[in-house]
Amino acid sequence: MKLEDIMNAPAPASQWVLDQDCQETGQDPAAVRAEMLSRIGVMRESIERGLQSDAASITGMVGWNAKGLWDAPDVLQAPLLRRVQAYAMAVNEENARMGRIVAAPTAGSAGTVPGALIGVADHLGLSDEQLVDPMILAAGIGKAISEKMFISGAAGGCQAEIGSSAAMAAAAVTELLGGSPRACVHAASLALMNTIGLVCDPVGGYVEVPCVSRNAFFAVHAVSAAQLALAQLESFIPPDEVVSAMAEVGRMMPAALRETADGGLAQTPTGLAVTARMESGDVLPIATVAVLNEEARQKS
Amino acid sequence: MSLLDMVGPVMIGPSSSHTAGACRLGLVGHFLLGEPVREANIGLHASFAKTGKGHGTHFALIAGLLGYLPHDARLPRSFADAQAAGMHFEFHDVELGQVHPNSARLRLRGDSATAEVIGSSTGGGVIEVTEIDGFAVRLSAASPTLLLRYEDTVGVIARVTALLAGEQINIATLLCTRKKRGGDALLVIELDALPSAEALAWLRNWREMQWVRLLPKLMDG
Repeated sequence: MKLEDIMNAPAPASQWVLDQDCQETGQDPAAVRAEMLSRIGVMRESIERGLQSDAASITGMVGWNAKGLWDAPDVLQAPLLRRVQAYAMAVNEENARMGRIVAAPTAGSAGTVPGALIGVADHLGLSDEQLVDPMILAAGIGKAISEKMFISGAAGGCQAEIGSSAAMAAAAVTELLGGSPRACVHAASLALMNTIGLVCDPVGGYVEVPCVSRNAFFAVHAVSAAQLALAQLESFIPPDEVVSAMAEVGRMMPAALRETADGGLAQTPTGLAVTARMESGDVLPIATVAVLNEEARQKS
Repeated sequence: MSLLDMVGPVMIGPSSSHTAGACRLGLVGHFLLGEPVREANIGLHASFAKTGKGHGTHFALIAGLLGYLPHDARLPRSFADAQAAGMHFEFHDVELGQVHPNSARLRLRGDSATAEVIGSSTGGGVIEVTEIDGFAVRLSAASPTLLLRYEDTVGVIARVTALLAGEQINIATLLCTRKKRGGDALLVIELDALPSAEALAWLRNWREMQWVRLLPKLMDG
């Protein structure tokens, strides 16, 4: 499946994507839709937990960002912006606390799709049932991208993860708001071409900094791409060529900037200090923190 | 790969490739050994070695060896559960050559069996197993997979495929590889459905058969 195939499919694009996938895998379309609805429910639960919790992650680098933003005054008077950012960070902070999330397409980028799609839906008062088809299209966009490149920071840098999630989210929001298959795919393409080159440089190797705030930024990026595409703006470079270009940039990227924590933010004085602190064992073992967080959650 | 693998898996954080994918690689080892793991010697390659600790790779691999799925809330406490179950494990760095940066080699020993698996976690929780007991393979656990280890003999593939046809099970892919003529052979068959317990028991009774394992579908789609 190529992006161009989705672009030229009859509307709605999600229906065509679902039919293709079910022909390939032999799954029942109704079962896939039911499972998608259940996953939207898991996403929503992670958003709700994340907005309420300010428990620190194992490294102490994140844990309070989503709640902090959600509880802060809306000084810009931009409720959609704040909602999308807070939802995205809520999911990734739950992920950093070893909570249950839905990878979309990865765990490190798990906040972007729910942040953008559920954020927009809640802003407009739409139901979870209305999100099933857009979510199926999001998955189809991810599938088309993954046929051309590995969707992991280790193989392609952060562009491969957050770029894919933003493209998926952009297409989903576009379909939710009535965009044509062409507009949906161009939204994805616009999101991707404006993510090319982004490196994966997690501090200490943990999926926390910059991952949590990055999901907030790219959830907004996705909504922004949808806005352009819904106004009939298009990606000058054809969508599949954009994916190939991103894959090529991933191949050219030095290993130090592909999740090894050997470059970028991970190698700043502060990044190195955190790494040293973690390695010296000056924190609780990773498993202990998860269990303690779970116990605290059950008590509260 | 299906739609449910792209928006999914439902999993315990923090990383789909380092946690969920690692758990699935452990599950391949769990099903391949076919009995409780007593000793696990785990080699971590490249990014798995470098950033595995921050991503929960170690506890996820052990969780998989215990048979836990990626969304199992017990994932983070797999070390304690493994100790309670009498599993000894150790990790070291390993250089596996030209494989995906997120790769691991599992050398496993149970009470009666041993198994060795090399596999990669290629992103989003998707895995690719590249070697089993020294045989080059390629499987993703996206379908139920039947693995047969036997003495290279005329007619084994024909009889196995006839048995599957008799069960009305379609074959998606089939890979047969052997160490030398008349030597150890491995047959890897990806199926569209699960064979019956009777069929598996029947296969196990064949004179040339060393072992028969069924790897269930581990992907969501």
